[in-house]
Amino acid sequence: MRGFDLADVPKAAERESPQRPALSIRNLRVAYGEREILHGVSFDVMPGETLVILGGSGSGKSTLLRTLVGLERPTSGDVLVRGKNLCTMNDAEWRELRQHIGLSFQGSALFGSMTVGENVALPLLEHTKLDPATIEIMVRLKLNEVGLDGYENYMPAQLSGGMKKRAAVARAMAMDPEILFFDEPSAGLDPIIAAGIDQLLIKLKEAFGITIIVVTHELASAFLIADRMVLLDKGFIVADGTPAELQASSHPRVRQFLDRIAEPELSQEIDYLQMLTGEVPRPRQ
Amino acid sequence: MSSVQNIGAATLDGLAYVGGLAKLAGSAARAVLLDIVQRRKLAYGRAMHQAMAVGIGALPILSLITFFIGTILALQAAYELRKFGALQFVADAVAISVSRELGPLITAILVIGRSGSAFAAEIGTMKVNEEVDALETMALDPVRFLVAPKLLSMLLMLPCLTIWADFMGVIGGSVFGMAAAGFTFPNYIRATLDALVLRDIITGLVKSVMFALVITTVGCQEGLRTGLGAEEVGRSTTAAVVKSIFLVIMVDLVFTAIFYVSAGV
Repeated sequence: MRGFDLADVPKAAERESPQRPALSIRNLRVAYGEREILHGVSFDVMPGETLVILGGSGSGKSTLLRTLVGLERPTSGDVLVRGKNLCTMNDAEWRELRQHIGLSFQGSALFGSMTVGENVALPLLEHTKLDPATIEIMVRLKLNEVGLDGYENYMPAQLSGGMKKRAAVARAMAMDPEILFFDEPSAGLDPIIAAGIDQLLIKLKEAFGITIIVVTHELASAFLIADRMVLLDKGFIVADGTPAELQASSHPRVRQFLDRIAEPELSQEIDYLQMLTGEVPRPRQ
Repeated sequence: MSSVQNIGAATLDGLAYVGGLAKLAGSAARAVLLDIVQRRKLAYGRAMHQAMAVGIGALPILSLITFFIGTILALQAAYELRKFGALQFVADAVAISVSRELGPLITAILVIGRSGSAFAAEIGTMKVNEEVDALETMALDPVRFLVAPKLLSMLLMLPCLTIWADFMGVIGGSVFGMAAAGFTFPNYIRATLDALVLRDIITGLVKSVMFALVITTVGCQEGLRTGLGAEEVGRSTTAAVVKSIFLVIMVDLVFTAIFYVSAGV
């Protein structure tokens, strides 16, 4: 188990690796106005790895995801992707990078006025010079990959929740991205459909070797798909390790999250620090 | 905070809002021009779809309203004109007031209710459903995709609707002219054409182009500023209608004053 001491997290992220990370985050801070949401987050994601970012409501995991795809601007820190720092990129560089990443939204975010096929075809029409016949074939292939053969002429409103998620994955996959982000892929789905989405993620990773970053609080799903997990809590990373390492952790915050223990009534800031760090702070002189 | 400070702060907010509209209009116009230069078809398809909704869909209700407005204007003008035995000038009064003022204004207000509100609701719902974020993450410019087609369709359709509204207003006025002022239909139309000069029509059309800019940018800006939740979509739609009507009246005042001054020189 590594990285459970807050002070060690940056060091863990800077560990030596023979492979260049697909995504490297250093001391990332994000704030909405005066309120800081992420307080210096650092970790790496290796190529072909499935990283699950766990965290409860308000932990900052969605803000982290939105920052990584450029929907929020960080206040400081570095995020390196394809040799470029997201935090200093201009609009043109973002447009270029976004053709190499895909995001599947929690609510699917399919365009309601377009068919499923048109949704998937949109990035291809805009960013490639492929002729319409080739794009049509590619759309069918992408829909086949997610198990939606023959649904290209359906409107999103005609699909079930699980099918919408699959269609959103097909759209995110349209440009053959190097990194695929998922925001709560199992949220709002029944256990059988959610298991199907988990299997789809595993299949995509095995078939295409894509780097996958998933934000979720669904533990069963997370332990099934993850190669590595980080646990975010109130804008700090409190754990970074393999699923087995997290399961074996004795860190109180990790145990509370994994064992689904309700938040105790906290009377003072010092109680919270103790829970967060697992240490009893020394009294001030 | 003193009342002077409040007025100052409100003025600054208002100027910032109008500045935002100008910036949005500029970005949308740039996107339309880029599409023309790069010969991309997508925005045209969307613009055609919008033009049908903005223009063709509005024709029946616009025809009815402006027909009745024409009749009302004739009645109101006749109320004074008959005191001077000048009922034959009813056609002039209707033609000039419809083409210079009421045709563009009534058309704009109707289009605000039908399309300006729909723009805000459509984009606002897309914002709530993260569809606008989805466009951004796919490296697609939301202004080019959502605002540019609406601007293009509105700039084309509002002047056309205004001309149609002018025509229906004249027809509405002719009903009174034939019933109470001793006109035949051909005589009424001839009197209308004699009363109008090209400047009257152009004045109305210039206003309608400015109204199109206001309605599209306010509707789209309110949609893009929608926060989270269905309630926010309602707020955006209401704000789009209220602000559009206010700004259309302001623009109308400014342009009427400009045309008045320039005609007197």
